[in-house]
Amino acid sequence: MKPNGHPLISVQNLKVHFQGDFETARAVDGVSFEVRPREMVCLVGESGCGKTVTALSILGLIPVPPGRIAGGKILFKGEELLGLGESDMQKIRGNHIAMVFQEPLTSLNPVFTIEDQIGEAIRIHKHLDGEGLRERCIQLLQDVGIPSAAGRLNDYPHQLSGGQRQRVMIAMALACDPDLIIADEPTTALDVTVQAQILQLFRSLQQKRDLSVLYITHDLGVVSNIAQRVYVMYAGVIVEEGKTGHIFSRAQHPYTRGLLASLPTRSKRGKRLYSIPGSVPDPAHKPPGCPFHPRCPHAIETCRSRFPELYDYGDGHLARCPVLFEGGQEAGENQPQY
Amino acid sequence: MNDKKSYAPAPETVLEKALTPKRSRLEEFWALFRKNRLAIAGLVIFILFFATALAGLILTSGQDPVFDPARIRLQEKLRPPLSRPNLDTLRPEEAPRLGMYLFGTDDLGRDVFARMLQGAWVSLTVGFVAVGIAVLIGIFMGGIAGYFGQVLLKLHHILAGGLLMAGIALSVADRITMGILCLVLAAVFLLYPLRARQFSGNPAGPAASGFLELNAFSVDTLIMRMVDIMICFPSFFLILTVVALLPASIYNIMIVIGLTSWMGATRFVRAEFLSLREQDFVAAARALGVGNLRIIFRHMMPNAIAPVLVSATIGIASAILTEAGLSFLGFGVPPPHATWGNILSDGKRFIFDAPWLTFIPGTAVLVVVLSFNLFGEGLRDALNPKLRERR
Repeated sequence: MKPNGHPLISVQNLKVHFQGDFETARAVDGVSFEVRPREMVCLVGESGCGKTVTALSILGLIPVPPGRIAGGKILFKGEELLGLGESDMQKIRGNHIAMVFQEPLTSLNPVFTIEDQIGEAIRIHKHLDGEGLRERCIQLLQDVGIPSAAGRLNDYPHQLSGGQRQRVMIAMALACDPDLIIADEPTTALDVTVQAQILQLFRSLQQKRDLSVLYITHDLGVVSNIAQRVYVMYAGVIVEEGKTGHIFSRAQHPYTRGLLASLPTRSKRGKRLYSIPGSVPDPAHKPPGCPFHPRCPHAIETCRSRFPELYDYGDGHLARCPVLFEGGQEAGENQPQY
Repeated sequence: MNDKKSYAPAPETVLEKALTPKRSRLEEFWALFRKNRLAIAGLVIFILFFATALAGLILTSGQDPVFDPARIRLQEKLRPPLSRPNLDTLRPEEAPRLGMYLFGTDDLGRDVFARMLQGAWVSLTVGFVAVGIAVLIGIFMGGIAGYFGQVLLKLHHILAGGLLMAGIALSVADRITMGILCLVLAAVFLLYPLRARQFSGNPAGPAASGFLELNAFSVDTLIMRMVDIMICFPSFFLILTVVALLPASIYNIMIVIGLTSWMGATRFVRAEFLSLREQDFVAAARALGVGNLRIIFRHMMPNAIAPVLVSATIGIASAILTEAGLSFLGFGVPPPHATWGNILSDGKRFIFDAPWLTFIPGTAVLVVVLSFNLFGEGLRDALNPKLRERR
């Protein structure tokens, strides 16, 4: 999985803080990841761990007061995005990096037809209009699998079903042939059968169009389905990264293991599912040291004071936990029953 | 789930295609609108009023109008509606064209029908132009307040704005030297941030000018307090004062009514924008690379326009009323020209002898105002997709 080595987008030590009245919430606290060309990468984590903020800061859409990019770099094709002005960012948004949002019901403007909405990005970035624009819209609707596309152009969003609306959102994102699509939980609001169709669509589009996709989700089932590589995020930090197979077969970080253990499987039928004790720390009051240590069954003294490094397990598999890496994996007597 | 089959259309969509009726936007709008009978009545009256006003403009103006609103026939004064003229006492060109006085005559023997026709055009233009001005200002101010409301103004912005206004005011008031001085100072302050950054090499500007960079208040505060101040004035008396100072003309009245009635539209648009800007589709538009102004005017405004449209139609009604009131008090359109207000005003002295002189213009104002209100409500219900029933 090393197509010409250069990452398409590389986020390095990104920090995004939100200033409250009395305290600062460190929503994203030093996140680094990269997406290579033609790669499907998943960013997994609980609600509130900073996934969406990370995605929005790539596009420069963090509301600036109260938000603030406190540090780090975002390199897109080697170009730094964080220093760009608003008008330069507008040329990148939708044109080179597009985004698909979580709620297809509210992400479409209720007063515009499908053609208007899909055409908007093309009109802005490609300055296409009239018949050419119409043909392009029909083509896009066909690409995302909407039947009788030409007849659908003049429909309003409320005339479409949830799955079709999400397909329209994907068509909007594809409109200018972007290099990267950031999909922020695009299937969370849909039911399971439609979710499967949308995932299928993402996969085939990604293969046909040489797309890179950064897929944000909290659903490990989705991850196992589509991702080539996975980043697991906890409390604004990447705690584990690696190929999908590695993450699912030999997860190293206790948090990832906890997540996997809490998945329902056939062998656990009738048993109580595992749940990680405690709850996600408040981003304004994160524990010192490893952010996961208050909930971690393996935590040792250093976890309380020292922020852990990433430990390399080979083949691109990294985890931010010193305990298991130093051989605690088999030796630990207090090994919990996952 | 793992099959590599290419994306086939989902089975649900095949069914849906057959179930969804295909109608154009206009057909759909009309189908919804026609269900509302009161709105249809409003629309019909509105069209009739429009036609009457246009016909009135054509028929009562020119060298030899078909209906002459200014022809005085003292021997025929205060004739009731539908009465026939006494042709013995009239010269042939003085006789009314319809063969009778449809709406009677006033105390100078002028044909009230002709005067009503002439007044209809005044009411129509005053209503539309005044509300047009008010809505344009309202949309602009409300859009800025709602979308850029959180932006903080710095001290030098306010100084520049104040000097600009003072300069314009002084120039208009013939204090040219002082005015130009103020305008130049305003320009200096407008260019100040740019210049300061260039010369000092420090992106924050020279350290000594720190106090000019102080945050004063937000754009939202500025605009909404202006609205509050404008609302504090009893607007009818404000209009009276301005009209008393300016030369009496129909254009001045339109502009003054427009400039004193934009506050409602501003509040509506701002309130809508405050909720719209948090909507996902605005975030989606920004993620597509749409610029701020395009988001405001193309993406958000159509969603915010429904209440403005309703308030505008009601505003047309109240502008017609205001103009009638001004004319009634004698501050409106100068006398030889008839308006519904001054017909009413002239008639009030004869309310017991010639009640038609007050009833006819009064009823006309009532019907037109009511029809605008009903039409506005109907428009809102039909135009807003959020109120449409889902299929």
